[in-house]
Amino acid sequence: MNNSLLRTTRLLGAALRALLVLTVLTGILYPLTVTGVAQALFPGKANGSETEADGKVVGSSLIGQQGYSLRYFQPRPAHGLGQNSLNTRYRLILSGATNLAADSKELTRQVEAAKAAVVKDNSVPGHRVRPSDVPADAVTSSGSGLDPDISPAYARLQVHRVAARNGLPVTVVDKLVEDHTTGRTLGFLGEPRVNVLELNIALRDLVAKR
Amino acid sequence: MGPVLAGVLQLLALTGALALVHIPFGTCMARVYSSKKHLRVEKWIYKGIGADPDTEMAWPAYLRGVLAFSLVGVLFLYLLQRLQGVLPGSMGFSSVNPAQSFNTAVSFVTNTNWQSYYGEQSMGHVVQTAGLAVQNFVSAAVGMAVAVALVRGFARSRTGELGNFWSDLVRGTLRILLPIAALAAVVLVACGAIQNFSGVHEVGQFMGGRQQWGGGAYASTEAIKELGTNGGGLANANSAHPFENPTPFSNLLEIFLILVIPFSLTRTFGVLVGSVRQGYAILATMFTIWLGFTALMMWTEFAHHGPALQAAGGAMEGKEVRFGVGGSSIFAVSTTLTSTGAVDSFHSSFTGLGGGITMLGMMLGEIAPGGVGSGLYGMLIMAVIAVFIAGLMVGRTPEYLGKKIGGREMKLAACYILVTPALVLVFTAASMALPTPPHSMLNSGAHGFSEVLYAFTSAANNNGSAFAGLNANTDWFNTMTGFAMLLGRFLPMVFVLALAGSLAGQQPVPATAGTLRTEKPLFTGLLVGAILIITGLTYFPALALGPLAEGLA
Repeated sequence: MNNSLLRTTRLLGAALRALLVLTVLTGILYPLTVTGVAQALFPGKANGSETEADGKVVGSSLIGQQGYSLRYFQPRPAHGLGQNSLNTRYRLILSGATNLAADSKELTRQVEAAKAAVVKDNSVPGHRVRPSDVPADAVTSSGSGLDPDISPAYARLQVHRVAARNGLPVTVVDKLVEDHTTGRTLGFLGEPRVNVLELNIALRDLVAKR
Repeated sequence: MGPVLAGVLQLLALTGALALVHIPFGTCMARVYSSKKHLRVEKWIYKGIGADPDTEMAWPAYLRGVLAFSLVGVLFLYLLQRLQGVLPGSMGFSSVNPAQSFNTAVSFVTNTNWQSYYGEQSMGHVVQTAGLAVQNFVSAAVGMAVAVALVRGFARSRTGELGNFWSDLVRGTLRILLPIAALAAVVLVACGAIQNFSGVHEVGQFMGGRQQWGGGAYASTEAIKELGTNGGGLANANSAHPFENPTPFSNLLEIFLILVIPFSLTRTFGVLVGSVRQGYAILATMFTIWLGFTALMMWTEFAHHGPALQAAGGAMEGKEVRFGVGGSSIFAVSTTLTSTGAVDSFHSSFTGLGGGITMLGMMLGEIAPGGVGSGLYGMLIMAVIAVFIAGLMVGRTPEYLGKKIGGREMKLAACYILVTPALVLVFTAASMALPTPPHSMLNSGAHGFSEVLYAFTSAANNNGSAFAGLNANTDWFNTMTGFAMLLGRFLPMVFVLALAGSLAGQQPVPATAGTLRTEKPLFTGLLVGAILIITGLTYFPALALGPLAEGLA
């Protein structure tokens, strides 16, 4: 009996030592090495792809923001986004999706309300937006709630409104959207997209210059 | 080019990359597990452990190694979380409560990575990198070790010896997982994933105001999280978060990392049993199911049935623009047909049938291609059952790879396939029958039931993804999914290793004209059929109440 207890203790000791050694390798050396290489080769990206406007950091080009006024291009809805409830001396963004089902009445209501708002906001004198023109990404929340992009279709749909509100010709704003549209990587990876923060920074520059 | 065609091309590119890599990589892994030489750093490690890597172990000793290492892992991870409040380098985050610490410790040690916590606000750098990410490596290496032990059971004869657990663990970690993860992590940073150890970071916003995000070892964690089919990300949104998965290319790379070891292990298996064609038959079975599921998923997601998705004009709820429907569908199938559970889009908002496909993928036992190691041993158990069924049809004692599948072997295989369905169905039924657990459901009706069914399917099969509307951070769900994960991981391993021991002890029987040729397409067909029928019969009633009721409404 004593013998088997001793054997078990010895085995657990070996297991603990194995865990500690592998922790040093994979839990300390590995992340530190990768961090060193990352900070040396890609410091901007490794620290969050911060984007500046007029010399001030205005966010990360990878993290979508909410709350743009109607002068600017609007991002996707983000109904699943949260604010931290633990460690509350911080005000951290909690990424997240709505997780509402395809047959959820709540989700249908959200989508219909978003669609009505998109149609209303973007219909300006001389340019009517029909509900069927509104692409799906304009009325749905993304997986992270932080989607930095919108589809080119949604960006184009906003061109007339943005032009009118900023006193710019439609063709100029159209060109701006076109210049900020990223196609599929290598022609087939992912979907074409427009980064909302970068587009709005360019828009503000354009307005300021005129 | 339309989105459907682009999605299909991504699928083809992924398939091409896997086809290119699996032969050299699988052969290389076979060498890792059969080489007699130890690297110098490995010798130091064995000295540190105090184990002789050349001692052959019989199956009970091998199993004791697995269990002891995993037990110590759970305790260590539990303590690390409970002590977080006083650990330096934790951004000042407080300790995690006991029920959630237990759940998370079990979850990462069992290669599940079910997360009932919000990554951004709960786990600091130390717990994340020295605790959770370490288990991402070693739980994967344990899975591969058990698979290799089973393969040795087939390959060896008249011996009880299955190899040395410590050597398999260390080699899997050092020679296979570490180098690939390091390379992939740097590529992910080049795409835009962050990698730093700074604290909470505050920047201005375009319209004024400020926003905060935490720093972290995102890229290094992301790489091993996918490669080891773990799935537990730093952010709540997991691989949908732009810091974890910034571009369409990083998305495809992450899917590739998820699939590369499980698919390549079929080659390792073929090399080790001395017939690469046996490996191809297993590979063909896995690939057929994976491709079929992906095609179905793309079809249902592009068709976007369901009132809310129809109103929106596309299934973009819970999906990112940069991945689109195509990239999200491939990821969703790959993550649930393996034991990964990382998500780049939220399965709860998929079409009813799409959500059902993710669940069915896990219910197959995650064998097509499955988790690292667990996929291969799960598939070999199904192969044993398939030859048994074939043997019954022709009235012969079944054999597989020259080993007789007798009463003892069949009992062990049957026990293996009964464990997870029993766990899933009993825990789901108990949750629905009790008064309080259903309060955790976000959606009502069939989808609410699906949330609970998904939770236990994911836990018992060590997947870790969720219909994330369910509030799983309750004592009931933290404790019960914890037990489901533990039993769903280690009971099957007991049966696998016992089976390996029993096979290794046998004298091989020579093939005759009446032997079922298990390297032929006929066998692949039989195996696919057996898998689908057994899973279908087990889970149809539960699926009918959840995703089928929703999808066909």
